[in-house]
Amino acid sequence: MWRTTWRSLLAHKLRLALSGLAIVLGVAFVVGTLIFTDTLSKTFNDLFESTAADVNVTRAAAFDQGLEGTGTGGTATYVPAGLVDEIADVEGVAAVEGNVQAEGVYILDADGEVLDTGGAPGIGISWDTEESLSPTTLVDGRAATGPGEVMIDTNSAEDTGYRVGDTITVLTPGPRVEAELVGTFRFGDEGGLAGASLTAFDTTTAQELLSAPGQFTGIGVGAADGVDPDELADRVAAVVGSDYDVKTASEQAESLSSDFSEALQFINIFLLVFAAIALFVGTFIILNTFSMLVAQRTRELALLRALGASRGQVTRSVLGEALVVGLVGSTLGLAAGYGIAAGLRALFGSFGLTLDGDLVLSTDTVLWAYAVGVLVTLVSAYVPARRAARMPPVAAMRDDVVTAQRGLRRRTVVGAVLAAVGIAALVGGTLSDDGGTGASLVGLGALALILGATALSPVLAVPFLRSVGALLPRIWGTTGRLAQENAVRNPRRTAATASALMIGLALVSAFSVIGASTNASIDELVTGSVRAEFVVSSAVQVPFSGDVAAELAEVDGVDAIMPLRWGQAQLDGRTSFLTAVDPDSLDRSIELSLVDGSTERLGGNGLLVDESTADGRGWAVGDTVEVLTRDGRQQELVVRGVFESNQVIGSTVVSLDSLTAFGGVALDRFLFVDLADDVAPADVRPQLEEVTDAYPVVDLKDRGEFSDEQKSSVDQLLLLINAMLVLSVLIAALGIVNTLAMSVIERTREIGLLRAVGLGRAQLRRMVRLEAVVISIYGAVLGLVLGTLFGVALSRSLADQGITELVVPLPRMAVFLLVAAVIGVLAAVGPARRAARLKVLDAIAQT
Amino acid sequence: MTLPGPQSAALPAARGRTLTKVFGEGDTRVVALDRVDVDFDRGRFTAIMGPSGSGKSTLMHCMAGLDSVTEGQAFIGDVDLSSLDDKALTVLRRDRIGFVFQAFNLLPTLTALENITLPMDIAGRKPDQAWLDQVIDTVGLRDRLAHRPTELSGGQQQRVACARALAGRPDIVFADEPTGNLDSRSGADVLDFLRSSVRRMDQTVVMVTHDPKAAGYADRVLFLADGRIVDEMAEPTAERVLERLKAFDPAEDRTGEADAASRAGVR
Ligand SMILES: Nc1ncnc2c1ncn2[C@@H]1O[C@H](COP(=O)(O)OP(=O)(O)OP(=O)(O)O)[C@@H](O)[C@H]1O
Ligand SMILES: [Mg+2]
Repeated sequence: MWRTTWRSLLAHKLRLALSGLAIVLGVAFVVGTLIFTDTLSKTFNDLFESTAADVNVTRAAAFDQGLEGTGTGGTATYVPAGLVDEIADVEGVAAVEGNVQAEGVYILDADGEVLDTGGAPGIGISWDTEESLSPTTLVDGRAATGPGEVMIDTNSAEDTGYRVGDTITVLTPGPRVEAELVGTFRFGDEGGLAGASLTAFDTTTAQELLSAPGQFTGIGVGAADGVDPDELADRVAAVVGSDYDVKTASEQAESLSSDFSEALQFINIFLLVFAAIALFVGTFIILNTFSMLVAQRTRELALLRALGASRGQVTRSVLGEALVVGLVGSTLGLAAGYGIAAGLRALFGSFGLTLDGDLVLSTDTVLWAYAVGVLVTLVSAYVPARRAARMPPVAAMRDDVVTAQRGLRRRTVVGAVLAAVGIAALVGGTLSDDGGTGASLVGLGALALILGATALSPVLAVPFLRSVGALLPRIWGTTGRLAQENAVRNPRRTAATASALMIGLALVSAFSVIGASTNASIDELVTGSVRAEFVVSSAVQVPFSGDVAAELAEVDGVDAIMPLRWGQAQLDGRTSFLTAVDPDSLDRSIELSLVDGSTERLGGNGLLVDESTADGRGWAVGDTVEVLTRDGRQQELVVRGVFESNQVIGSTVVSLDSLTAFGGVALDRFLFVDLADDVAPADVRPQLEEVTDAYPVVDLKDRGEFSDEQKSSVDQLLLLINAMLVLSVLIAALGIVNTLAMSVIERTREIGLLRAVGLGRAQLRRMVRLEAVVISIYGAVLGLVLGTLFGVALSRSLADQGITELVVPLPRMAVFLLVAAVIGVLAAVGPARRAARLKVLDAIAQT
Repeated sequence: MTLPGPQSAALPAARGRTLTKVFGEGDTRVVALDRVDVDFDRGRFTAIMGPSGSGKSTLMHCMAGLDSVTEGQAFIGDVDLSSLDDKALTVLRRDRIGFVFQAFNLLPTLTALENITLPMDIAGRKPDQAWLDQVIDTVGLRDRLAHRPTELSGGQQQRVACARALAGRPDIVFADEPTGNLDSRSGADVLDFLRSSVRRMDQTVVMVTHDPKAAGYADRVLFLADGRIVDEMAEPTAERVLERLKAFDPAEDRTGEADAASRAGVR
């Protein structure tokens, strides 16, 4: 039997290539995703492992801040310089040096613009004189030694074009610094910084600019030869006491990267969901292809049975073929996946997440590639193989077995049940009070509904093609009629072909609904709740110096400037993200709709929370909330008001004084500029801009521009999601190409007959094209309907999280439908050409 | 409408002049047709017979514009097929020629009636209803028109194919072993229909067959061997055809049964 398997493989080279292509695509997508995720984690792990000191000492924190708090906008903690000498005396210490590290240090390029780090932090550090303790290596020039000198990392030097000897401008959380570039350096072994920029000063200057005189953010300790870091850490800990955290290099890397994994988890989950979708779609294409392959060979297989081959032998012969195709396909898919990963890296790079190192191909990825490719292929082939083996040997003599159809009863039942469960879950999620549960219910509902729709899709295909498809003969006459009949003749295949597109478009349109609703909600929120005429914020999402607010307040016509800052503290035992505002000017800048209490007593130890936080934490007006600051002090806040969710201000609001008392840094995130009543905004704008222009990190926006800026992050996320989904739609398109090409092969004789009785080449091409278009439109319609349902349900369930508006972007949906039609046309190009090129006589003679 | 043109009634429906068809080159070179001159007169039923490989199918394909000739000319009416490009040939086949193949004549997705009117539908023409009714009644399938091919017997399918070939009122119908796959009863139905379409509806039919009985339905039989027309017989009967076959190739000593057996071997 192995010989027949082999012969059959060779005899059907084209079909083989097509089914192989399906596997290559499916595997490539999964592999691409895995490689990219691995590369992402490696880049960040490298980044964290690049601490050279064996032991690091930092101020002990009362609670773990996570990543959000490491910025200067959070709450910084310092280590006094005196501690360095104490540690130096510890036995086994070879080197010790205090260091300073802070975010919010930006390099300006030659045009005076902030060097774009694409969302990654701009970090300022002190230059370690102890080389053994430094994660950096000098590449060019020399170390900075005084106030007028600065060093930058080689990547930033390359991006700005600066060379040693140039005078450059650096923005710090405090003043703007002009200094001579005296050296460039590399970070870690490979210089990978994931887009972040590094600026180094000598230690004293760094303290002045980034911490405070005599204060370090950490102390690096080097172990003498033969001293175990763990042991040294214990000894140092004994000296410094419990106020300080002492960690070995590996402990530190671990805690940092575990913090970061959490932050990266979003991307990982996102990518893996994506891989799952890719796999799902890929499975369809493979299953489809193999069903067709086997159906086409029914006669051949039945002949084998007639000649005495057992059922098992026939099944094994088909599975053997699948195995070979699966292996080859997986191997090629692995290679193609590498390409996809490179593409993803470029894509994320354009969003600012720069990954400099090589792509990581792990053994796991290779195993997954083969597991997915070979297993899916075998499973896909098993079903049709069993069907083929059950074929009675007389089928060899019949002409029409290919069109034999199986009933759809079971599918109808299973599909209907799943769809009902899905819809129930969607409705439940929409009605649910709690946003979290609601969203997960919607997620489950979406999954059930997608599975249900997939099962039902052949059942639904027939009425769709009979009704909407009836337009084809109406417009294109007989070619249209033939196309319609071709699409309808095998609803299972049509459905399987369409389902890939269905899934892709369901997700794209769901995200479109959510995106449009979010944007509309932001508009509504900004126009509805921001009273200030102008908002000042940083284009690169960094906190900025209080000087800006002070200078703006001087401008004629300005009534009040309300600064808004961010910080963190533990409230009743849970780490919370705090927004701090000026209680006096709050009402003039932002209108909060209060559910209970008022904003009046925010000053002092007042606390305002939004409704869902109040509900979730069980807080009511008048309640006292225990506060634990990061440096371990106990404080109290009293709830003074509960307001309706407002994205501009966040969920937990305290006064500026409270934040300062909790150790918050005095850097502003936003400034709300309120003008006097008799002043026209346009008249004051030039003066205001004169002030902000001096600070390259900040921009002045009116309400419309502020709203647009808030929306741009939503748009960017949507763009990323859509870009990924476009890839899956592409796979779907290739699936359509595949199905069509196989159909053309399968119908060679029919095509010959049509040509013989006078169907022209152009008409034949149109027939194939119309079939493709009607199938893709079917998939698109299903997808759009499902996606809209998901999007609406999800937006509704997130209503209390700020998505107050509901918008279904119909024009966009129409575009999707059009895109689907175009995909159909494009997918048909190859198969149609092939069909038209068939020689009439050869086609008829084909058996 | 493609009624026979204004040309003189004397002009044959189709004719071949020094038709030569060579397949392959060098060692694999086969001369399938060797300078064949042939006329197919209007309103006549011609049968073509000859041993397997003698070039019968090739002759039909060349005459019907399904295949190009190596040398010589094939005419449908006064149109020289070699002067037409693929597009024009397609239109000619659609409007002026009818086909019946040995098997697989119908599109499984269309009903019997849709199959019958397919060439006209492709052309975007309305069928001549009176003519269509006549064809359908002659073929005797009125109650089966809404059925799909899979719901019809082999004989019924071939009759639908014949009806399709005639429905457009073509200049000429070519049928390549139309009864080759049928039992004698269904075969007789198909042959009856072809003959009555010639006798009663004045059609022109050319049919390839291996069966002397089938040839007996025709007005004339052409005998082909090695790519040449070696004989012809007017007003044939099954017996005379059988005699003739025995006579012109005594070495093979063909009988009806032997012939049928060899055919089964071919397919
Ligand atoms: N496409 C082709 N390529 C090469 N040779 C061909 C081709 N078609 C036909 N021939 C050869 O031309 C010759 C005539 O073939 P043709 O099919 O016309 O025979 P036939 O009389 O119809 O035979 P049968 O009774 O078996 O159908 C044969 O020798 C055949 O091998
Ligand atoms: Mg033949």
